[in-house]
Amino acid sequence: MNARALWHTAGVILLNAAGNFALTVGMKRAPAAAGPVLALLQPFAAAGIVLLIGWMLLRLRLLQIADLSFVLPLTAVGYILNAAMGAALLGEQVTLTRWAGAFLITGGAALTSMTPARSRRKQEEREAAATGREGGEP
Amino acid sequence: MTLQWLLVGAIVACTTCADLLQSHGMRCGGARWKVPLSIVFLAASFFSFTQLLRIADLSFAVPATAASLVVETVLARLVLKEQVDWRRWGGAALAAAGVALLAL
Repeated sequence: MNARALWHTAGVILLNAAGNFALTVGMKRAPAAAGPVLALLQPFAAAGIVLLIGWMLLRLRLLQIADLSFVLPLTAVGYILNAAMGAALLGEQVTLTRWAGAFLITGGAALTSMTPARSRRKQEEREAAATGREGGEP
Repeated sequence: MTLQWLLVGAIVACTTCADLLQSHGMRCGGARWKVPLSIVFLAASFFSFTQLLRIADLSFAVPATAASLVVETVLARLVLKEQVDWRRWGGAALAAAGVALLAL
């Protein structure tokens, strides 16, 4: 795997964690009177939204240069990173069961990523090949 | 606590609808209305996520939304007729177990 893909992957993970962190700070700091929409204009919340738009665009770019099966397990580390940031920077009480939950979800995403990206394509190829044979193709 | 899980449910439902519409639209036709409608669902999902972050911990909100992986795997099999092998079911089961741990 080339260095470009690895840098993109690191950027995707960090942008997601930073975006979620900023959005959390912004939404928690927003006054209750602000309402659900005006709260999004709080500086930290707005910064979080910008970072998450950047995350989405960089993830699209990463999917152009790397396999989905490479991207999914590595970016699933984000579940653990988000829990770690909640504990370290926001002072959240992350219990042992919550850590276990985050690790299980990461494991689940990693296991899913080990499967072929497009199961239907194989089936369609088999059907197309069968149709071709029935049609008298060599 | 109830509101937290209601918002998680809204996020999972909206994300699932968006992904199904996108996937179905791109493969089976109807992309002209399914993809724009999916963006409406994505916006609703993101808005629900911002409201969840207002009342819940970050360490809860992000993993909890992974419940969509479970629902989407089931619906991918039933609606999109995808072939889901044991590893994919296993991955969904692990994610479900993880979300269940968050609920404790």
